[in-house]
Amino acid sequence: MQPIHLAWVDYTILIAYVAFVLGIGWVLARYMKTSSDFLTSARSIPTWVTGLAFMAANLGALELVGMAASGAKYGIAQAHFYWVGAIPAMVFLAVFMMPFYYGSKARSVPEYLKMRFNEPVRALNALSFAVMTVFASGISMDALARLLTNLLPWKLDTNVFGINFGSYDIYLWICSGVVLLYVLKGGLTSAIYTEVLQFFMIVLGFAPVVYLGLRDAGGWHSVKNSLQGVATNPSAYYLQPAGIHYAPDAWTSVWKPVLGGPTANPLGVDWFAVVFGLGFVLSFGYWCTNFLVVQRAMAAKNMTAARNTPLVAAIPKMLFPLLVILPGMVAIALASMPSKDYRIPPPIVSQENYAKAIDVVKSSSPTDAAALKSVSDALGVKVSDTKVTQLIAANAANKLSDSQIQEGLYNSIAENDYNSVILSLLKKYCPPGLLGLALTALLASFMSGMAGNVTAFNTIWTYDLYQAYLVRNKSDAHYFWMGKCITVVGIVLSIFCAYVSKQYNNAMDIIQLVFGFVNAPIFATMLLGMFWKRATGVGAFLGLFAGIAGSTVFHAYTTTVSNVDADGHVINHMKGGYLGLVTQFPSEMAQNFWLAIFAFTICFLATVFISLATRRTKTDEQLKGLVYSLTPKTVDHNLPVWQRPPVIGTVLLIACVILNIIFW
Amino acid sequence: MGLDIRWPIGLMFSLIGVLLLIEGAIGGDKVLSLGININLIWGVVLLVFGVLMLLGAARGRKTPPSA
Repeated sequence: MQPIHLAWVDYTILIAYVAFVLGIGWVLARYMKTSSDFLTSARSIPTWVTGLAFMAANLGALELVGMAASGAKYGIAQAHFYWVGAIPAMVFLAVFMMPFYYGSKARSVPEYLKMRFNEPVRALNALSFAVMTVFASGISMDALARLLTNLLPWKLDTNVFGINFGSYDIYLWICSGVVLLYVLKGGLTSAIYTEVLQFFMIVLGFAPVVYLGLRDAGGWHSVKNSLQGVATNPSAYYLQPAGIHYAPDAWTSVWKPVLGGPTANPLGVDWFAVVFGLGFVLSFGYWCTNFLVVQRAMAAKNMTAARNTPLVAAIPKMLFPLLVILPGMVAIALASMPSKDYRIPPPIVSQENYAKAIDVVKSSSPTDAAALKSVSDALGVKVSDTKVTQLIAANAANKLSDSQIQEGLYNSIAENDYNSVILSLLKKYCPPGLLGLALTALLASFMSGMAGNVTAFNTIWTYDLYQAYLVRNKSDAHYFWMGKCITVVGIVLSIFCAYVSKQYNNAMDIIQLVFGFVNAPIFATMLLGMFWKRATGVGAFLGLFAGIAGSTVFHAYTTTVSNVDADGHVINHMKGGYLGLVTQFPSEMAQNFWLAIFAFTICFLATVFISLATRRTKTDEQLKGLVYSLTPKTVDHNLPVWQRPPVIGTVLLIACVILNIIFW
Repeated sequence: MGLDIRWPIGLMFSLIGVLLLIEGAIGGDKVLSLGININLIWGVVLLVFGVLMLLGAARGRKTPPSA
């Protein structure tokens, strides 16, 4: 994508945002007196703030960019991640699990596991989470630095002490530096406040873009009609290989294409995998056990506030598909309208490759059949045969300039870079001013992604690794100091991970894969821990281990249909099937969902059987407040009906069902 | 905790609202998107939002914080 031109007003908004987040950190610094203030906000934050932070912590820029990309690729069915996945999980967390997280006075999820089970379970969870969260932080910062490098027009290459630094490095270090400053000063509270700020910026920055996009496309009905054309002939817009057709409502209906089976929807999934793989295992596994989000709920003022936090978050979460998925759908609808002169941006091709391709065009004649392949090879991407033939003919008729040929080549690329969709919409519809706001919102969400991960990391390290195993029984001031040190270390490690992510795209795929292996079984452990007093520490540890091992085995023996060539050999071993091929799935998403179901089941069964075979190490008295059957039920009678978590939860679920019906 | 979050949010969006208003008012033709002066309209919306936040924060300061 060509760089976007920014005006003074855009830069002012950007600088104002940076000034504000640093200012928030500075003001909060004087209230940071204990390690608890710094790492856990000492349970002092009002519900609406923790609620919005809970949601915003998960709302990284990768989600903003990714959901628009998926909206273009898959349509409204992507909303399952919200309406079948996130909302039920958040309600369950609020009503059933928060009493244990908050009531146990645990300072983190691993600490709860230690109280409920034993140290090995805590260590396993703390270590895997710590590694995971630092890498997630790095991936976020890498994506930010790349975005800025592609977007901003300056070339900032310098040479210091004999080392070459480019724009990427400057942006990475400056953004990391800003995050470091405000987290070091204000701790978790800083991160929470900036997450809430980020939330409003995203909503207020993107809403006008969605409105303008819809308006340009002629309104929702016009979009719906265009998407019918897209769904029946997706190869015309480079969405699917030629020959694949879906029902006209495949992009605008959430359930019908899924109920039709994996071949009837572009996601390639069946309803069972969606409901149990995505809806149950993956979503509950994330929202109910991932300390990044649970930490925000644990920072609430009191038990009722803690229970209501995920519910407050669920309200905007439910409506978010309209803000983040809809732009993607509008984009692909616009691409299908010839009068709009818009297409999903093609992948970026380097100038040298363009130069090579221009030479091929110049030296080919219109009847040359091999020319098409040569052009495609030179560019490194697939091209539209008709468009390239036209281009060669046009050049043969009257000599075109280099830039005209390049433009013709650009328009003939038959691949889409979906991750550029949201940026292309901003470029198309945002005048200076609004553009600054939207871009700053994107920047804010990348940075708060790093801040959120670092604040989760420093708490886990300080309490669950350092204090638990390395240096015990020191004063609180010592742990406060350690919390600050590890914040710096966390940022540095994140920067390191960002460079790894930049260098080896494959490394990041491996990391994401491993996270999936770990995330899938953890919910089984948590579920059994909270609701079955007979679950023992040995059972939990071995069960979790078995679940992770099960994930790995499942992945080693399965892959996607598209990853197997005509002779039955697996093409890309990163996508599975490297030890053998037991089954092939229609899509990666389907493979992920089934892997989750498999891992959860293994962990669940292993934990149950091993627990029954081992002796309990904790008495009923020790487990009071940690297990459902041994905890007095939370009294809600003194609250007005509309503030009681089970009531709010039920209303939210009903609203969710209504949304599913509207977009059926 | 110490700082009512509505202060920075209110200030930030009031400022952005004013900036968008100025850009919308003096920008001329290049600020029209699909023929709508979106900066002007949205600038007003953001300014109202920011002021409401500030009012909320000011009111919150009058009632003493609950224990």
